[in-house]
Amino acid sequence: MIEAVGLTKRYGDKTAVYNLSFQVRPGAVTGFLGPNGSGKSTTMRMILGLDNPTAGHVTIGGYPYRRLPNAPRQVGALLDAKAVHGGRTARNHLLSLAQLSGIPARRVDEVLGVVGLQEVAKRRSKGFSLGMGQRLGIAAALLGDPQVLLFDEPVNGLDPEGILWVRNLMKSLAAEGRTVFVSSHLMSEMALTADHLIVIGRGQLLADMSVKDFISANSADFARVRTPDTEPQLREKLTSALTEAGGQVLPEPDGALRVTGLPLPRISDIAHDSDVRLWELSPHQASLEEAYMRMTQGAVDYRSVADQRAGLQQPLPPGAQPPMPVPGQGQPGWYAPPPPQQGGQPFPAPQGTPGPSAPAGPYGAPAAPGTAPGGPANPYAQPAPQAPAGAPQPTAAPTAPAPATDPTKSEDAR
Amino acid sequence: MSMAATQVVRSEWTKIRSVASTVWTLSLAVVVTVAFGMLISALAKNEFGSMDARGRLSFDPTFISFAGTGLGQLAMIVFGVLVVANEYSSGMIRTSLAAVPQRGTFLFSKIAVATALALVVGMATSFLAFYLGQAMLGDLKASIGDPGVLRAVIGGGLYMTLITMFSMGVAAMLRSPMLSLAVLMPFFFLVSNILANVSATEKIGRFLPDQAGSKIMQVVTPVDDDTPYGPWGGLGIMVLWVIASLVGGYVVLKRRDA
Repeated sequence: MIEAVGLTKRYGDKTAVYNLSFQVRPGAVTGFLGPNGSGKSTTMRMILGLDNPTAGHVTIGGYPYRRLPNAPRQVGALLDAKAVHGGRTARNHLLSLAQLSGIPARRVDEVLGVVGLQEVAKRRSKGFSLGMGQRLGIAAALLGDPQVLLFDEPVNGLDPEGILWVRNLMKSLAAEGRTVFVSSHLMSEMALTADHLIVIGRGQLLADMSVKDFISANSADFARVRTPDTEPQLREKLTSALTEAGGQVLPEPDGALRVTGLPLPRISDIAHDSDVRLWELSPHQASLEEAYMRMTQGAVDYRSVADQRAGLQQPLPPGAQPPMPVPGQGQPGWYAPPPPQQGGQPFPAPQGTPGPSAPAGPYGAPAAPGTAPGGPANPYAQPAPQAPAGAPQPTAAPTAPAPATDPTKSEDAR
Repeated sequence: MSMAATQVVRSEWTKIRSVASTVWTLSLAVVVTVAFGMLISALAKNEFGSMDARGRLSFDPTFISFAGTGLGQLAMIVFGVLVVANEYSSGMIRTSLAAVPQRGTFLFSKIAVATALALVVGMATSFLAFYLGQAMLGDLKASIGDPGVLRAVIGGGLYMTLITMFSMGVAAMLRSPMLSLAVLMPFFFLVSNILANVSATEKIGRFLPDQAGSKIMQVVTPVDDDTPYGPWGGLGIMVLWVIASLVGGYVVLKRRDA
């Protein structure tokens, strides 16, 4: 068991971790979530006695790490997949770590097999992809067959097969009664892997609960209702009718309404009674990613804003329209409109080919600048969650696994 | 030796032998020291005829065969720096210290392994430089049995070892290979030589580690030499420098976050 009490770490006047108290219990995978720079890695380093806390303390099995008897056989850690000497072979890297902990050399070949790196054991780790590096780091953590395991972002750079493997590995380690503490910034991944969640933001504890509780507390069902775009007064009318009936109505940026507290048939009845036509009435579930975003919203250190490209764009001639994002551009199946015909109409907008001036989807809503191009292809596409304040939101890709587009990684999957 | 120390020694030996930089730096140290010593010895033999009496009195065939040390030591410095600072540049230090939380045991066992290797290579280099240098000197050559010569040759090996240890201490303090090399290389190649040969700074300059330590390789004391220490005294001064740098490295490792 890992236990932190009032853990605080300051670097100069920057507080990386503040008054963090939590317990990580054996027999479960505990996810350690937080945005980049929220203090996850600092906390992990303090657990391992690498960094000294400014205040508070953290123990493993009741001992501070540096006084833990036979520490490397009790605790295994993956802190940074890139923390290897590139000129050393994978096997020699693990061998040096095994010797450092008094672990016999045959265990090295064992863990190389476990992580699937036997084929490249004699190769220098310089040429390894990030995914292979992660596997090597996981192998190092497993060397001492430890009861307590710490993994800092273990799925970064892994392909889907590797992510699945890590997920199952964590679960099986926990099922054997070990303490497994995994950090990640991906809620979607943790929802599938972890049993318990510890969420931090700006170094402070935001949540400490089981995944089940987190899901039931945070994933409210809602309905999306869309009235005809052409008649805004209908929208007002329906909003007041629904509010009257006891529902909560939140406008969405594209003009739809997000309704909670009323079942779908009831919404339909109310609309019918108030003589409002509906273009859409669909059931939705807020994703965990969304709940997590909402929770950590105030605690994000690095927030992206829309690129203004100030000074980089040619000033438009007076009266000219700003260029519109072309729906579907860059996607397969999209073709540039034909060149203007001599003397004819500049853009005849042939059937099935949405030209720049005709981005209308089935709902006729023109794609406003700033909305993601993708327009007519999928009118049901879920827009990014929007805070009422309209703060720029990262476009969440709810249950998509971590990006796995590293082309150099093909060999480590097998 | 405690169990942890034995384990670090075995692990460090694996680390040292499994990177190419070890072979490169150490073989470069041997080749440069020996080859440069041979070249200078050959030139000195031709010069001897045109020397004045004073020059002939100060002529030290043993010391001349070690003329390559100043250049060859730079490769030993790179070796020492890389052994320690690569832990930091690669990030391995965290894995290492998680495995061996006793930081002092870790650092000194690591330094012991690299020092043992440097001693073997340093001694081999020294004897090789001496014999091949003497071969170039023809009938001016010194013999290993002459008074002070064996001390100078063994001292040459010790000098190479100590300079490597000093570099490891500095690297443990600075924690970056680039920074450590940027400090050590110009210092030993230029600064210390300038300080020791300009009359204004000469009195301080000759207490620098390399200037004091290289006295051990001298057999014939030059005419009107007023150095206030002898061969072993000089090496002792160098040892003090090495101790200071290793203590500094230990304190930094102990105090700071890894």
